[in-house]
This record gives sequence, C-alpha cells and structure tokens, in this order.
Amino acid sequence: MEAEGRIPGPPLPAGGEGIDSHLAAGALGTARGPLLAAAEVLALDDEEDDLEVFSKDISLTEVNSFSPSVPISPSSMINQYKFEDGPELRDLFITVDDPESHITAIETFITYRVVTKTTRGEFDSSEYEVRRRYQDFLWLKSKLEEAHPTLIIPPLPEKFIMRGMVERFSDEFIETRRKALHKFLNRIADHPTLTFNEDFKIFLTAQAWELSSHKKQGPGLLSRMGQTVRAVASSVRGAVKNRPEMFTEMNNYMETFSQKINILDKIAHRIYKEERDYFNEMKEYGPIHTLWSASEDDIADSLKGIASCIERCCRATERRMAGLSEHLLPILHEYVLYSEILMGVLKRRDQIQGELDSKVDALVNKKDLFSEEIEKLEDKVERANNALKADWDRWKQNMHWDMRSTFTNVAENNLRYYEECLATWESFLTSQTVDLHVDEDSEDRP
Amino acid sequence: MESTEPEPSDSRPEEEEEEEEEEEEEEEEEDDGALLAPKQRLAAMEDCLAKKMEITVSEAEKRTGRNAMNIQETYTAYLIETRAVESQSEGQCAPVESLWRRYSEFELLRNYLSVTYPHIVVPPLPEKRLSADNMDPDFVERRRIGLENFLLRVASHPVLCQDKIFYAFLMQEGGWKEMVNETGFQLKADSRLKALNATFRVKNPDKRFTELKHYSDELQSVISHLLRVRARVADRLYGVYKVHGNYGRVFSEWSAIEKEMGDGLQSAGHHMDVYAASIDDILEEEEHYADQLKEYLFYAEALRAVCRKHELMQYDLEMAAQDLTSKKQQCEELATGTVRTFSLKGMTSKLFGQETPEQREAKIKVLEEQIQEGEEQLKSKNLEGRDFVKSAWADIERFKEQKNHDLKEALISYAVMQISMCKKGIQVWTNAKECFSKM
Repeated sequence: MEAEGRIPGPPLPAGGEGIDSHLAAGALGTARGPLLAAAEVLALDDEEDDLEVFSKDISLTEVNSFSPSVPISPSSMINQYKFEDGPELRDLFITVDDPESHITAIETFITYRVVTKTTRGEFDSSEYEVRRRYQDFLWLKSKLEEAHPTLIIPPLPEKFIMRGMVERFSDEFIETRRKALHKFLNRIADHPTLTFNEDFKIFLTAQAWELSSHKKQGPGLLSRMGQTVRAVASSVRGAVKNRPEMFTEMNNYMETFSQKINILDKIAHRIYKEERDYFNEMKEYGPIHTLWSASEDDIADSLKGIASCIERCCRATERRMAGLSEHLLPILHEYVLYSEILMGVLKRRDQIQGELDSKVDALVNKKDLFSEEIEKLEDKVERANNALKADWDRWKQNMHWDMRSTFTNVAENNLRYYEECLATWESFLTSQTVDLHVDEDSEDRP
Repeated sequence: MESTEPEPSDSRPEEEEEEEEEEEEEEEEEDDGALLAPKQRLAAMEDCLAKKMEITVSEAEKRTGRNAMNIQETYTAYLIETRAVESQSEGQCAPVESLWRRYSEFELLRNYLSVTYPHIVVPPLPEKRLSADNMDPDFVERRRIGLENFLLRVASHPVLCQDKIFYAFLMQEGGWKEMVNETGFQLKADSRLKALNATFRVKNPDKRFTELKHYSDELQSVISHLLRVRARVADRLYGVYKVHGNYGRVFSEWSAIEKEMGDGLQSAGHHMDVYAASIDDILEEEEHYADQLKEYLFYAEALRAVCRKHELMQYDLEMAAQDLTSKKQQCEELATGTVRTFSLKGMTSKLFGQETPEQREAKIKVLEEQIQEGEEQLKSKNLEGRDFVKSAWADIERFKEQKNHDLKEALISYAVMQISMCKKGIQVWTNAKECFSKM
C-alpha cells in the first residue's frame, strides 16, 4: 500500500557526494558551516536545522537540501540502515537502571539512573551519569514533538497502569517502566534525526539543577497550546482537501492498524490471564497425587511419578507466562502507543498543510499566489511530508521486524513449553513400563 | 500371562462342577486371606460369564410411560445385547439377543446382589443423577458406558457371574422384577440404623476391616478431591486454548493491510485456529480417564458396605455371647442360692419371701434350655462370622489387585494423553513459528 504513488528514486551510493562534504568537515556534529548557506536560501526555521545537517540518513539529507522532489525509495533505506543499529554504526550508548525512591515533604517519586557513553565530538565528555524522573522524560518527549511535529517520536510508558492490580510503586511496575524508558531513549538515539536533538543532549548530560533551569526556558505552555488549537481547528475543518494520496492511505492504514493492534493487545493479556489461572489450578493438582500415594502400596510410585510430572509442567507453565510478559505484552503495548502517536503525527502534518491551504485561499483573490509567504509554507509542507514519509517507512520496517521477531519468539516459547512437558511425561511412561516388565518377571518365578 | 492350568471345558453342564472344584482348591490353598497368585485367579476367571458371552449396552433411547403411581414420565432405556462366544473352529456367529432395561432396574439388580452377597465387593453403578439434565446426550452416553462396564464387572466376577437373577437380567425381559422380588431379598437387608448402631458399639472387630474402612474413607476423599481439581484444571486449559482462537480473525484482518507480512499472518492465524480447536478432543479423552477414577470412588462405598456387614455380624456375635454369659450366671445363682449380682428378682424375693423350690427348679430348667440353645446359636454365629471374614477377605484381595491393576493402567493412559497433547502442541507451534519467521 505504501508503495503506490512512489517512484523509486535513483540508487544512492553509500559514499555519495553529499555525505563527503559533511564528513570532510570533521565529526558529524560540526558540519554546520557549508550547509547553513543552503539553509538560508530555503529560509528554514531553526527547528529544521537538525533535519538536514545531522541526519545519518543520506537520502534524507539529499532530498531536503538538494532535490526536494525526489522521493525516497525504501530499498535504498534498507541497504544503508539497519533497523536496530548494529554496534558498528552506534556512537551513543544509553542505559536506564537503578530506580531509587525519593521522599520529600511534598511528594514521593522515583528517579532512574541514565548512563550515556559516547564518542561524539559535540559531547564534552565520553561518559555521563545523571538521575532523571518520569516528569523529565515527559518533558523530553514534548520538546521532541515540538521540534519535529511530523516525526514519529517513540512511545513513553504511561503515567498509570489501568489494567491489572499493579500498584504504582510496586517492583513489577517500576521494572516494567524502567525497561520502557530504556527503550525510549535508545530509540531516540537510533533515530537518524532525533539523535542530534539539542534537548536530547541536555537530557542525557545536564545535572539536575541545570536541567530544571533549561526546562524553564523555551516556547513554553502558550506556544504549545497554540499548536494544539491549530491542530484542533484543522481537524474540525475535516479532511484536508489537498492531502496527497499517500497520506490518506497512511491514515486508512493507521486506522485499521490501530484497531487491530488494540485487539491483539487485549488478546495477549487475556492469554496471560488464562495461563495464570491454569497455573494456579495446576499448583493444587500435583500434591493431591502425593497425598493419595500415602494410602497406597502398589501404585504409590506411579502416583508420586504423576505428581512430580505435574509439578515440572507447572514450572514450565511459569516460564511460558514469563516469556509472554517479557516479550509479547510489552511490544504490543508499545505499538498500541505507537498507533496513537502516528495518528497524532498524521494530524499534525494535515495541520501544517492546512496552514498553507488557508493562506492560499486567503490570497487567491489577491492574485498574489507567488508570495514569499506561500513559498515558505509550501516548503514547510514539503519538508514535513518528506520527513514523515521517511520516518514512516522506517517505522514500518521496524514494526515489521518487531512483529516478526516477537511472534516467532512466542512460538518458540510455546515450543519450549511443550517439549519440556513431553520429555517429562515420556520419562514417566518409560519408568512405568519398565516396572510392568519387572512385575511380570517376578510372577513367573516360583 | 501364561497359564499352565488345564483348559476349562466349554460345555455348560460341567461348568458349575468345575467352578466348585476350583473354589475348593482356592479354599485349601488359602490361609486366612493370603494372596492368590494372579495366574490362579485369572484361571478362575476363565470360567466367568464374561468369557463365554459378549455383553454390550449398545444403545440408549428416550421413552415415555406411566410409572407406579400412574403418572406420565420420561426416562431413558438402555439396550443390552448379548451373544454367546463361539469357539473359532465353528466359524459361525451366534445370534445376538437383546432386551431393554432402565436405570432403576440396574439399581434393583445391584441392591439384590449387595444383599445376597454381603461378603463381595459389588461393582458400583455409574452416578445416580446429575444436577443438570438426565436427558443430556453427553450424560446419557457416559452413563451407557458406565452401565456396560458394570455388567462386564459382574460378569467377570467368579461368584457374582453365576447368579441366576443376574443371568435373567441379561436374558429375560419380562417378569424379571417379579422374579427378584420373589427372592425376598429385601427382608434380608439390614436396616441402616442397625448397622450404624453396630459400628459404634462393636468391641472387637477384625483389625483388617477397621483398616480397610479407613482406607476406603481416604480413597473416597482423595479421589473426589482429585476429580474436582482435575475438572477445574480442564476448564482453565480449555480457556487457554480457546482464547488463542481469537488470533485467527485479527491476523486475517490485519494481513489485509500488510504487503509483506500478510501471508505469514494469515497462515499463522490458521494454525492458531487449529490449536484452539484441538482442545475439544483432548478434554473428551480426559473425561474417560475421570470416569475410570470415578468408578473407584464409588467402589469405596462398596468396600465400606462389606466392612459394615462384618461389624454387624461381629456385634451380633458379641451380643449373643454376652447374653449367654449373663444367662449362665443367672442359672448359677439360682442353683447355688447366692446372689452375686444385683437383680430385681433377688430384691423382690427378699421383700416378698423366697421362691419355692419348685419354682426355682422350673426357672433353672428354662434357663438351661435357653443356655443350650444359646450355645448352639453362638457356635453357628461364630462359624458364620469366620466364614464371612474368610470369604470377604478373599474377595477384598481380589478387589485390591483389580484396583491396583486398573488404576495403574489409568495413570499410564493419563500420561499417554498428556504426551499426545504435547505432540499436537509441538506440531502446531512449529508450523506457526515457520509462518511467523517468514512474515
């Protein structure tokens, strides 16, 4: 579906002209100089700086600064970019661990240790260790959304968990959240554009007081509200009339995907619950056989054998459940969040287009269609579209990979479970038939 | 098991003679309930009805009729088919004979057998009534199998299979009920109250029966607990499998919007449907296993019945002995004129004067007669009691071996079922894994 309407672009060489000039300027981080001129020509906002200069994705850079109308071919992306950056391509390593409880007079909260190791030039040091709380992550996410309205910002774990009986500060909850936060930061680090975002850098490196003071600067609440108002206004107007076919397709896709992923999430939770209930009953089942064996002579061993088999299958069930909760459930949950994020991104793109459209409408009578303002907006739309398109393709590839590996893992999990149980029961059966032969032999003896 | 015993003859007239001979043999070798070697017991079974005749409960049918109180009712009738087993050389199949019986007639048969052979652990009937519906086809089917099992158990029992009433139950449709009632077995039945009384008051029951009673209580309790939990486990397992069935539709709908993943999702979904459907057969097989255990749950009651009979007889014996002792004492007192024990007679004679010598003589004579009667009765009761213990214990040993054999087989079949379930699971998930990895 996403291939329609796209002309495959020329294959982009790994070491093309474009990238040479960047690399020549030293570490990727400092190659601002030569391209600033180009940026000025296109009259970009500050926000768009990161987009062309620091992008690891050559095709993106090419498109934005040299050939705005060349669409990106997915095959070229696959060739140049691994879905989860192999170690050779990474120069930024982040871990989130060591949750700690902080109790003040006003509140209790948890902080997580964020350790960053990097070889990048723009970082003053090669290693950083800071402590961050959930609020800080929320701040980072909103800054990224602000800076890159049509990029797909990775999902954050939710504030509260509605489902289940997990308490706010239970170990399970904290661990789940920690893993999700770890993933969040690493996904940003892996993102060709977001990884060079300034707020991201500050998040990773600033001390607590530095971060607080930095947070207080910036566009702030009003500007964010303005954006929201505009977004609502454009959505109220209904489907954008000049929306390119590709984005309508994306919208349709996301509507269905969102539906399906939510159902899958529910199914997965239901499976987990059923398995847990089964496990609880099985726990009681085995010991009854042991109890019975105490009243018996001849069949005591068989009964004890059954009890031990059931116990082993019980443990195997536990492992099966753990597999679900460690892999399938978190991934599906992430993609539920992703589907919301993507719907939001599509709306924001529509909103940007809406700005252009309304300007055009306003000026059409004045026969002033070639004003600079229109041009500016057109470029903005162009860049937004391209950014989204590229990120969309990247997201789809990642999603594909995630789903394949996760469900394969689920299958492997179940296979392991059944193989373990099979071995258990087969060895029991062998022991029983051996006994039978022994019994028969003893009867024939005088 | 190989038999070195001579082949039992096929001709019927000699059958009973031979069985008697074999029973005598058994008694000579027995030593107060010592275990008969399995081979010998099997040989004893060779002459059972089960070996001479094929018995099946092949069909169940809904009927309506009028009951004893002339009220219209619906019930299920079961078709019992029998056919004599011909030897291979004849090459002909004997004709199948059949008749219809309802559950209440089975009950009547069993009651008759329990009363008539109190020393035998009489095979139990399948459950009397489900809380839900007697007409439910699954319940009827399982009852049909249970009733067939009951008949086969009785027909394989060396003693019970020879009973004429049992034979008539299989072969004679009309007038069977009257035949049973004519035996007057209901009169021989011990009242519940009497039995309960005996259980509490008996002083010296045979220890083995007391132990057996404890065992049967434990057996009943543990099997019913096991069955309850097994049912819950089965329920949960059903849930796990069935919930996977939801994958199929979602995968299919999702695959419609995917280009590369579509095929993999679609085919994986199909395998999930197969997985979800597989649980039905698995659980049905397990129901048979549960029924096998249930039979022994009900057997526990039959064991207790034999123990109760022993307690009753023993109590009866103790009462008779006590009565005899007290009469002897009375006699002695009257003869010697000494009053050793307090008695009303003694008091009244003190108050109102002694009896005349003639009166005393008369009393002594009556007592002496009673004492003699009592001693004879005591002797025969003693003999009865010992015979009962001997034959009951022989059947209990037979039962124990049957139980151990059957339960061990059942446990093995349970393992086989689990293995089959695991293998099916491995197959489905291997297929699913392939689909997922090709997504």
